[in-house]
Amino acid sequence: MNFDDTPEEAAFRARARAWIADNAPHALKPELEVAGFGHLHLQSTDALAASKAWQKKKAGAGWAAPRWPKIYGGGEVSPIEQVIWGQEEGVYAKLAGPFVIGLGMCGPTVMHWASEEQKRSLLPRLAAGEDIWCQLFSEPVAGSDLAGIRTRAERDGDEWVINGQKIWTSGALDADWGLLITRTDPGVAKHRGLTMFFLDMKSPGVEVRPIRQMNQESSFNEVYFTDVRIPDAQRLGAVGEGWSVALTTLMNERQSIGGSMPTGVPELFDLCRDMDLLDDGAVIARLAKFAARSSGLRYTAFRSISALSRGEQPGPENSIGKLVAGSLMQEVAQFALDLEGEAGLVEDPLLAVHQGRFQAMLLRSPATRIEGGSDEILRNIIAERVLGLPADIRVDKDLPFKEIPSGAAAR
Amino acid sequence: MQLDFSEEQRALQADVRRFFERACPISTVRKVIDSGDSHDPVLWKQVSEQGFLAAAIPEAFGGAGAGYLELCLVAEEVGRALAPLPAVSSLYQAAELILMTGSDAQKRTWLPRIASGDVIATVAVAEAAGNVAADLISAQVSGGKLTGRKWPVSDGLVADLAIVAARCDQGISLYLVDLASAGVSRRAVKSIDPSRPQAEILFDGVAVELLGAAGEGLGLIDAVRDRAAILVAFEQIGGAQAALDMARDYALGRYAFGRPIGGFQAIKHMLADMYVSLELARSNSYYGAWALATNAPQLPLAAATARVSAIEAYKLCSSNNIQTHGGMGFTWEFDCHLHYRRARYLASVLGTSPLWERKLVAAYRSAA
Repeated sequence: MNFDDTPEEAAFRARARAWIADNAPHALKPELEVAGFGHLHLQSTDALAASKAWQKKKAGAGWAAPRWPKIYGGGEVSPIEQVIWGQEEGVYAKLAGPFVIGLGMCGPTVMHWASEEQKRSLLPRLAAGEDIWCQLFSEPVAGSDLAGIRTRAERDGDEWVINGQKIWTSGALDADWGLLITRTDPGVAKHRGLTMFFLDMKSPGVEVRPIRQMNQESSFNEVYFTDVRIPDAQRLGAVGEGWSVALTTLMNERQSIGGSMPTGVPELFDLCRDMDLLDDGAVIARLAKFAARSSGLRYTAFRSISALSRGEQPGPENSIGKLVAGSLMQEVAQFALDLEGEAGLVEDPLLAVHQGRFQAMLLRSPATRIEGGSDEILRNIIAERVLGLPADIRVDKDLPFKEIPSGAAAR
Repeated sequence: MQLDFSEEQRALQADVRRFFERACPISTVRKVIDSGDSHDPVLWKQVSEQGFLAAAIPEAFGGAGAGYLELCLVAEEVGRALAPLPAVSSLYQAAELILMTGSDAQKRTWLPRIASGDVIATVAVAEAAGNVAADLISAQVSGGKLTGRKWPVSDGLVADLAIVAARCDQGISLYLVDLASAGVSRRAVKSIDPSRPQAEILFDGVAVELLGAAGEGLGLIDAVRDRAAILVAFEQIGGAQAALDMARDYALGRYAFGRPIGGFQAIKHMLADMYVSLELARSNSYYGAWALATNAPQLPLAAATARVSAIEAYKLCSSNNIQTHGGMGFTWEFDCHLHYRRARYLASVLGTSPLWERKLVAAYRSAA
């Protein structure tokens, strides 16, 4: 029981720290430190250009995709070294936003399923931030029930023709490549009729429409496909094997280890201190419970890091992070606005209490509880995979897809 | 970083678990409850001989001298087994207080006997509704004689030695009281957790011996409870895990509407929430174990955090375990209520959540 690095870890940390000291865009540090979560905005420079520049620099030294093989643009470090890198990168990791989906989900899927030639041409560019990738999975009628997607891919010689619509695609406006799951056979059971592709997002017939979110940002998009043609060579896995390919992607989605998601709890303490509320019994009761949950998340991440440091896989405790952090931030934000009184109504950052950070949390946190596995899906996963409870009964599992009943298409 | 126990410590824990599975099946707990006994003397003797609960008492004073990390894991197994033993009173509090502030003579007199189990010690602070506070203590010492009434005193009927908080000229002080002395009268009072009995003790001019500095009583109680809170948190996560396991097993075996009730999302999600609450408490408790074992300056914050989340986890797991069992969970013969009761005992015994929430915020404040 200790918080010390092993000698090897300490040496690695020193190397990472020295490289960051020599190379990071230090001029951006003050702005990055106050940047809220969600879409990155910078006053002094274009955020995307700054992100690409930092990613490119990291790639030159093997820090861009630390775990990947060097031939694909990686640094071949160990899992614990990647965690240490993340700790040292600190605030500059906020610049990695545009590449998170590519590095975390699309890249590993390509690495597992694409040809060697494709991997060598695509992955180093992805790692270096030269190409941005997006993930074209969810549809208006298929979110948690991903295997219910309807976007059609029909074969035409050496090409496939795509028609349909995706939604909730992060970063699609800036994306160069997309990872696309389609239905190729509606006549078989839903998990068996799927096929995965990757495509050039500048292909004719691809139209990206930003979604105006409830918090008035637009980090998600709708993507429409009208007779979009994809070469068969850009198929990942066999025809009908798309579900297996998608599982590679989704497994990586939940594998982010060692990072603690923001909860708003330290900010809430600051607010209470500034408002001189730390002796108020009602405030103390709420604050203490929030702090205990936030602390529990932090030390749960530490337990996972400890497992990595021993060279082991983290245990199932790693699965609670987003489930706890999402609703915690929402409750913290509501409570902060309760404390702010009527002033809590003001969102305008120039006037609002604490630059409107709690208002921003309030309006963003509903998305955290839905994206990347909703609270309900996560509870199912814990119940089934950790506690060993039976899977839900799936009445549509063995029906041909086209015979599965559907309600009115939800928007 | 290793926020985890070593392989050797895990091996010890596995031994302790096997010991309790053999020596303390649920029938042992039931026997204590049904007979109205204070504890199981055979089990107490065996545990004492093994030195499990004396893990953190130095060898010089008759302990095993293993350490607090080992004691944390023993506590987890005590909690899992619902062991009917005076561990919280005698080891986590009384022995710790004597170690913390006792004179050499007091340590030599009492610690070896507490470590061997020959003496059961307890702590008597409360005497009215409300968490510990100076104005709630009216027991008084003058001319070396204690007069007053203490309730509830955990394990008070069976204890040989009590550490009593009482008023003196300098404020509140702690006193060692041999409960066999003249002027002590005591009776059992009905306990919400009959496997952890409570007593009322009357002191009528009883000879006492000062423990620690005069007037420092409440500070010492506060300090020892920070340490005990972490050990109790391990009992709580052990108990919460047992309650969750019970609920899971029942949900798999009980059929309704043609399938195991564990297949219904209402049950699955309730159990997932129990798991989440338990893992948060476990992680906070591991941090507490580190703070306890290293005497870290973060100990007060770590203790309050572990306690607040462990109280919540055991309450949630023990009440939802009853809920999962449906009507059968409300019967005397199903064991669900044993965890529900133990969860309440452990939530009350060192002071309740509101007290620890204040301590948490105060500690966070001074750490910032």
